[in-house]
Amino acid sequence: MLEVEGLDAAYGELRALSGVSVRVGPGEIVALVGSNGAGKTTLLRSIAGLVRLRAGRIRWDGEDAIGLLPHRRVERGIAMVPEGRRLFGRMTVEENLGLGAFTPRAGRERAGGLEAVYATFPRLRERRRQLAGSLSGGEQQMVAIGRALMTRPRLLMLDEPSLGLAPRVVEAIFAVFGEINRAGVAVFLVEQNVRAALALAHRAYLLEHGRIVGEGRAAALLDDPQVRQAYLGPLAVSR
Amino acid sequence: MRILLQQLVLGLLLGGLYGLAAAGLSLVFGVLKVLNVAHGELIMVGGYAAFWLATGLGLDPFVALLGVIPLTAALGLVLYAGLFAFVVRFDEETRVKNSLLVGFGLALTLHALAVRLFTADERSIPTAYGGQTIVVGGLVVPLARLGSLGVALALIGLTHLFLARTRWGHAIRATAEDWEAACLQGVDVRRAYLLAFALGTGLAGAAGCLVAVGYSISPAIGLEWTFKALIVVVLAGLGSLFGTFVGGLVLGVAEAASALTLGGPYREVVGLLLFFCVLIARPQGLFGRG
Repeated sequence: MLEVEGLDAAYGELRALSGVSVRVGPGEIVALVGSNGAGKTTLLRSIAGLVRLRAGRIRWDGEDAIGLLPHRRVERGIAMVPEGRRLFGRMTVEENLGLGAFTPRAGRERAGGLEAVYATFPRLRERRRQLAGSLSGGEQQMVAIGRALMTRPRLLMLDEPSLGLAPRVVEAIFAVFGEINRAGVAVFLVEQNVRAALALAHRAYLLEHGRIVGEGRAAALLDDPQVRQAYLGPLAVSR
Repeated sequence: MRILLQQLVLGLLLGGLYGLAAAGLSLVFGVLKVLNVAHGELIMVGGYAAFWLATGLGLDPFVALLGVIPLTAALGLVLYAGLFAFVVRFDEETRVKNSLLVGFGLALTLHALAVRLFTADERSIPTAYGGQTIVVGGLVVPLARLGSLGVALALIGLTHLFLARTRWGHAIRATAEDWEAACLQGVDVRRAYLLAFALGTGLAGAAGCLVAVGYSISPAIGLEWTFKALIVVVLAGLGSLFGTFVGGLVLGVAEAASALTLGGPYREVVGLLLFFCVLIARPQGLFGRG
């Protein structure tokens, strides 16, 4: 479904991605793991169309997607929950969700989409007239996820969705990712919480200094001593 | 006392036009992060469009308004596609700097063109009701200016409704807050920019039409109106159209009060003084969101 090949991206002189290749198949949950500054966010932003690339190919449903502007990619089913949520804070919860249904394709299913989001996150229904900027961090993340779902994606990319949230909220949100995936949406997950990400994902890639340095089944990576040492901390090795 | 009140009423009527002039500038700046210093010249162009529609076709200026708004909005589309579309490609800081250069160039061009085409004479649209007034509590209110204030408020209200209720209105507000996040919802940000810019020039055109009815226009009024609009935008802050309108009223009244108490020449100073005070005490503006 999504095939990324030999992606090169740079910010001025600073190389962010070199020769990165990843693929996400239909219905898969794929995690992208790596330390801070490894290029994870740049990779997601490249796939969304927000980064100008130096080289490489991005294919979506077998077609070249490099030339597509970001809003065209959303129309074709690629959604992204950006790092830090990036809600429209001066608009209400429902207006934020409604913007997710901006494209004509998503707009036709606006009402059903809203119901589905409110069924998943009942608290958002209570707060639908509230300004998004006034919500708690967990609620804001719910709006961000709901807004992305309103675009009717086939691929949902999530950039650090657990950042700054209480452990209980993180658990609930990860359960939702599982539900979303069972409904047929592929998930591409960038996450600091490597243990939770690998527990949820089918497959995973390890990204370091802008290069893919490892990939495999998530369960296998979770048991790999080197991975445990690098990403789960020294204590995790002894467990 | 009566003279003071009379001046304040006139200030309030003029202030409504300040508010309308500033609304367009504020919208464009808030959404595109582009400061269009040719905004006053677009008001001037709107004034001439209204003048020729009124004198040439014999239309009532308030009817001519219905032609002026789409005309100036269309001019906005052309200016955006030809000039400002290149500016919005840069990051925000570069945008503001480049838009100043582009805007000054555009202002000079429009000014020179207007002198060429329309001569430097002052003009104003003559109407049958131009001299009519109504008297409220001993205060004289010129009818045409009162109508202008009402129209200005109605246009602000319509713009507000568009932004609050429509699909593209929401897209424009989202783009103003965070254009990347708007992209990720499937909004074509360039089209949101284009729409917001055309809306801003349409409002400028409407303001120009009203200026030509109640006051007078000449090719040279552009800079002055840009200044007034800028002062009001700083005074009111970004993010609320009605706040901007009230900011315009405040400036109009303050100018009138100072003209009377300190003398006519000080009328221009008070706006700039307000400008400084607000920047020092409340940089986000009276109604702006910090």
